[in-house]
Formats: sequence, C-alpha cells, structure tokens
Amino acid sequence: MLDVRSCASLSEAAGILSGDRQAHLIGGGTLVMREVNEGRLTSGTLVRVTDPAFRQMSAGGARIEIGAGVTMAMVLANRDLAFLHPAARAIGGPAVRTMATVGGNLFAQTPYGDFTVALLALDAQIVVQAGYSSGRGIPIEEFLAARERGGQGLVTAVQFARPQNAGDFRFRKISRVKPKGISLMSIAALLPAAGGRISQPRIAYGAMAPTPVRARGVERALEGKTLDAGAIHAARQAALEGCRPATDAIASEWYRREVLPVHLGRLLAGEER
Amino acid sequence: MAKVPVQFRLNGSDRAAFVDAPETLLETLRRGLGDFAPKYGCGQGACGVCTVLVDGEPQLSCLTLSISCEGRQIETASGMANGPELHPLQAAFMDHFAAQCGFCTPGMLTVARALLSRNPNPTRDEVVEAISGNICRCTGYEPIIAAILTAAGSPASRRAGGGNHA
Ligand SMILES: Cc1cc2nc3c(=O)[nH]c(=O)nc-3n(C[C@H](O)[C@H](O)[C@H](O)COP(=O)(O)OP(=O)(O)OC[C@H]3O[C@@H](n4cnc5c(N)ncnc54)[C@H](O)[C@@H]3O)c2cc1C
Ligand code: FES
Ligand code: FES
Repeated sequence: MLDVRSCASLSEAAGILSGDRQAHLIGGGTLVMREVNEGRLTSGTLVRVTDPAFRQMSAGGARIEIGAGVTMAMVLANRDLAFLHPAARAIGGPAVRTMATVGGNLFAQTPYGDFTVALLALDAQIVVQAGYSSGRGIPIEEFLAARERGGQGLVTAVQFARPQNAGDFRFRKISRVKPKGISLMSIAALLPAAGGRISQPRIAYGAMAPTPVRARGVERALEGKTLDAGAIHAARQAALEGCRPATDAIASEWYRREVLPVHLGRLLAGEER
Repeated sequence: MAKVPVQFRLNGSDRAAFVDAPETLLETLRRGLGDFAPKYGCGQGACGVCTVLVDGEPQLSCLTLSISCEGRQIETASGMANGPELHPLQAAFMDHFAAQCGFCTPGMLTVARALLSRNPNPTRDEVVEAISGNICRCTGYEPIIAAILTAAGSPASRRAGGGNHA
C-alpha cells in the first residue's frame, strides 16, 4: 500500500527520508506521480513538505538561494531571476511549470534535468539535510555523481552566486518540437570576462551523458581568450570531451555528437539558433 | 487503508470527499465528485486533457495529489458556462470549429482561460505557448488558436479569463 505523509517541517521530512528506504519525497509530483499512475510505485510512503521554508527564495542579492520546493512558474515570476528564465521556461508546458520544482529537477533522469544544467554552469551548492541534523552544502558535481546511489536525504535548497552581468550567463535547450519538446540537448554557459578576456568559464551540457556534465575541454579552450571566431573554433573542437550521449527516442548518439559543436558555437557567438 | 477527508472549492461551491491518500485530483473530481470535464488521457502529464485551474494556475490533475488541494480553489471547464449562456471562449471554440471529437476541449479551454485572465490580449505566439502542453489529434491546432485569439479580441474579452463563478 502506498501512503502519504505531510510534514510541516523540513527536519520531519528529512528524518522520514533518512530512516525509511521506502520513503520518497514528492515535490511537484510530475515524475513521481507518473510512477504511481503506471503502477510502478505501489508501496512505501510519499513524503510531502508543507513547510513554507521549502518554497522560499532569496534572490535580490549577490548570493541567491532557491528553496527546493520552488516551482519553475515561481522562478519565472521572479524578476531578480530573469537570467534563469530561459532555463525555467524550457521545462514542459505551462501546467508542468506550475508544478515542477527545482529540487525535483535535480533528480530527473536524462534527457530531463534542463534546469539542473543551468545550476551546474552556475556552480551551485545543493543543500542536503540528512536526518534531523541541519542542512549541508554539497557542490553540484559531487551531488550529481552520488545521485544514482540514492539515499542522499532531503534537498532543501540550492545556492549560487549571481553572475556579475546578466549577459555572462547563457542557456539554450535544443529540441525538435517547438515550443515544448524533450531535450535533444541543453547547454548552459557562464562566461565571466575580465578586461575583455574570459576568466574561469563554466560550460555544462544536458542529455550528453547519464547526468548533466561539465564541458571541461571547452572551458580550457576559452580560458583567457576573447570570445572571437578563433576561440569559438577552439571551443567547438573541444566540445565533445567527456560526452557519453545515449541513443533514445529523441535522437541517436551519433546525431547528438554531430550537432553539439554546432549549437555550442551558436550559443557562444550569441547567434539565434 | 483509512480514507482521508479533503475539502476545496470546486467551481465556486464548497465540496468535500473522502479519498485514498495517494489519490489523484483527477480521480476525485471524476469518480468522487462527478465532474467529468477533465479527462484521463495519458496519466503521464503529456496530453493536458486533465488540466484544471488550482488557485487560478493550470495544473495537471492526473499528477496532483487530492490531499494537496485542501482549502484551494479548483476550477474546471464545467464551471465556465452560465446555464445556457456559453463562456466567450466556448462560443469562440464553436464558431471556429475548434472542437471535433472534443476530447481535448476541456483542457484547451482551461489553459486558454488561464492565459486570458493573466494576459487579455495575447499574441499568437503567446497562445501557442499557452496550449503547448495540450495535445489535439483532430483539429491541427489552427482553429483552436484562432478561437482563443477571437475570444481575446471580443467585446466580452475582459470576461474571457473568468468563468461563471470567477
Ligand atoms: C509533460 C512533461 C514534460 C516535461 N518536460 C521536461 C523538460 O522539458 N525538461 C525537464 O528538465 N524536465 C521535464 N519534465 C520532468 C519534470 O517535470 C521536471 O524535471 C521537474 O523539475 C521534476 O520536478 P518535480 O517537483 O515534479 O519532481 P517529483 O516528481 O516531485 O520528484 C522527482 C524525483 O525527485 C525526488 N525529489 C524531488 N524533490 C526532492 C527533494 N527536495 N529532495 C530529495 N528528493 C527529491 C523525488 O523523490 C523523485 O524521485 C517533464 C515532465 C512532464 C510530465
Ligand atoms: S491525463 Fe493528465 S496529462 Fe494526460
Ligand atoms: S478535438 Fe479531438 S483531440 Fe482535439
């Protein structure tokens, strides 16, 4: 039998999740409830969080914190997060966005997880609460590497630094069906510049590996360069380093490899698709 | 397992039901409360025929737990007409032959209603975006888009977002 527990505090929810392997958090439910409807999740406990802290955002300053229960629609309604709107708008249609949470996106299996790709480029910390202790920040790459093992506890929030200039952050989702289609791939780029030269860029891909991944070859190719045709050419040459795309109903592995450098080049050049 | 009581406003009336804990809002509306406007299409969030408004925002009732709707305002396409007087969106759907088999229509009307209440004069692209989570296998979408744009531009457009009970 499947039960539902509603928790008025984050620590109550974290305690249940840590103590019971059959307990699953339900955020917006856009993935969990599919499992329920398909008869794949028939026993255990769905844990709901009603604590308002789960849906809080602090987005006005240099350090941004978004509660894991914040939905894509809430991100889109927040003007301070305008640089993230393209990533939030990339998730499903309007009704999915009313429900889909930032926390749930961190667990979405590829080719889903488009918002997480943006968080990876932003070098987010994932705040995880295990048991009744207080939350602790984990770098997003570490979080994603550990994700498949499960049992991490409750994600309460994500934190990251606001890009110095809104234009430093770019995001693009490539899909066949417009305006709403599953990702062929998504690309996020944080391109801070000092004196006209790129300094410590972070590039992330979705749907190019089992989890969102960083494009370290591209980051190295861009470091210290001005974003001109030569740098973009070098970035394209390095685009596929670390990629392990899958063949799925959306695209073949071969196709993903073929088109990634093209879309990366366009994103870096600031071209329309 | 014991049933759980849930109360919410449905199309302006207070309603209560006893539900199973993991029951979806769609099941409660259709089987518990007899509102057959929202349909079961895929149960996967992919088709949009189950879309209802929860506190004015479109939500997929097949993926929503009923118990999460305690105290909220639920609106379905059943609440749009005022007796025999159709809502401007419904009238426009008729005029434009925007319903053929009609299976997608309650979901389409619902997302259109959410759009017009927020944005009474949407562009064509905004209409396309608003209905992007809803599948129609009959019309090819163009009559639906035309109907929504017509309802937005009609003298009753200011009412178009609201319903009978809004
Ligand atoms: C029609 C449709 C289209 C979609 N399109 C896209 C798309 O374009 N891009 C995309 O990225 N996704 C897409 N999705 C997938 C999904 O909607 C999103 O990934 C969404 O962000 C998942 O969030 P959720 O709150 O609904 O997750 P839920 O279903 O609530 O949870 C998903 C998983 O994460 C776990 N979880 C959730 N929150 C937490 C937390 N705070 N702490 C610990 N564990 C947690 C749950 O236990 C579960 O295992 C789509 C889904 C549908 C139905
Ligand atoms: S039945 Fe809910 S989206 Fe298809
Ligand atoms: S009218 Fe038949 S599915 Fe839209």
